[in-house]
Amino acid sequence: MVYLTRKAEFSASHYYHNPDFTPEENLRVFGKCANPNGHGHNYTLEVTVKGEVDPRSGFVVDLKQLKETMHREVLDVLDHRFLNKEVPEFLTRIPTTENLAIAIWQRLAPKLSAAQLHRVRVYETPDLFVDFYGEA
Amino acid sequence: MKAFLTRRYMFSASHRLHSDAMSEQENVTAYGKCNNPHGHGHNYALEVTVGGPVDQRTGMICNLTDLDAFIQREILDRFDLQNLNMLPDFAELVPTTENLSVVIHDIVHRGFKSAHLEKVRIEETMMNSFEYPGSEDLRK
Repeated sequence: MVYLTRKAEFSASHYYHNPDFTPEENLRVFGKCANPNGHGHNYTLEVTVKGEVDPRSGFVVDLKQLKETMHREVLDVLDHRFLNKEVPEFLTRIPTTENLAIAIWQRLAPKLSAAQLHRVRVYETPDLFVDFYGEA
Repeated sequence: MKAFLTRRYMFSASHRLHSDAMSEQENVTAYGKCNNPHGHGHNYALEVTVGGPVDQRTGMICNLTDLDAFIQREILDRFDLQNLNMLPDFAELVPTTENLSVVIHDIVHRGFKSAHLEKVRIEETMMNSFEYPGSEDLRK
């Protein structure tokens, strides 16, 4: 089994708000992140797939296909967007880095055929990242 | 929906690697430059990984401000800009980064209750790093 990781970057804005919380609770739980006008990050995404090396090609996965899938399913949807207002998942879920990693996994996992998705890592800043390995 | 969150912190400290259980010559052989009597320093990067289900009310594993406050109070205030050899934690323990990882893991594991500690990772320099996921018992 060999693991391959592809990196990508996207920039987006978000804010944290739970409509079931009072304004005071939102402020207490989410602090500055609750500002409804939003704020932005340069996110770094790492997608790790795993599989056996195909003896004919020497590849675990065709990198070009992986890159295209990441672009089509993830970057085209998230890059330069206001996550709360423009990305369907986050109309109902809070766009924390945890939920972002889960949403990216859910977008990618069914679209990868050659290799199996192993890990989605999302850096919100260089000193904060979330890993998601699927439901199991 | 279990996810893992990693937060990175920086601190600077000095240390000298020297074991009283070894002769002077053995210490020099084992630790080389790190045995120089007056010590030396590093900028350490500490990564703390916690794991758990994502609370769908908050979208979080745990509130980052709680983790930051705990690490500031219990780790950074204790170790930043200190000589590790002078601290009680290292009175009888050589302050290698292996041992520092275990000491920090122990403090976080015992004191931080908002999420499960998965791993402590410390970069001593850009060229080396150490990871401690706790003992088998702790990981259950």
